[in-house]
Amino acid sequence: MRVSAEDFDPGAELARLEALPGGAIASFTGLVRDDGGLTALHLEHYPAMTERAIADIVAQACARWPLLGVTVIHRHGTLPVGARIVFVGTASSHRVASLEACAFLIDWLKVSAPFWKQERRSDGTRGWVEAAGADDARAKAWGK
Amino acid sequence: MGQLKILYFAWVRERIGRDEETLPRPPAGATVAQLLDQLAATSAGHAEAFADRARLRAALDQSFVPLDTPVGEARELAIFPPVTGG
Repeated sequence: MRVSAEDFDPGAELARLEALPGGAIASFTGLVRDDGGLTALHLEHYPAMTERAIADIVAQACARWPLLGVTVIHRHGTLPVGARIVFVGTASSHRVASLEACAFLIDWLKVSAPFWKQERRSDGTRGWVEAAGADDARAKAWGK
Repeated sequence: MGQLKILYFAWVRERIGRDEETLPRPPAGATVAQLLDQLAATSAGHAEAFADRARLRAALDQSFVPLDTPVGEARELAIFPPVTGG
């Protein structure tokens, strides 16, 4: 688990998970999307809380699926269009566990890791991204 | 009687014009929402930031809490919009 301004190498992260004995690796990489006029996203976070919040989500995933390894990387700072923001990787002995746990982790990261995105546009304007109710619903749909 | 550190993030921080402040710990039983009422009276920025409570979230000692939670013995309160990471 890493929270950092630095970029990461998804290939290297996957190789680390593949070195585990499981045989079933799933991953998600989130990038800054080109939303017409967007030049960058600035990600602010609450450092004292971020690692604890992510560790809590990882612990929930580990309690729910038989995982052999989990990698979560979340960047902060100013990230240009196309930059990587977030990586979730899971290793298990079976595809269902790794795929489901990966989806669970990214759904919960979106609604319970203390990050805030601000859009920086080519016309110089800035605006905070509004939370999407649909994200909340997706996370809650996993139940407890 | 200890102190309570209050942290602000994203547009809450921008509207208030500062990222943190420290207050004497509120009396026993006082909730986060009651503290926000008190803070809203201290500046126009606070009043604007705290006007729509439905758009605010809180954490006490780095754990999410509903706004009607008593502050209790917490040392750190954070006020922010719904998170938008991932």
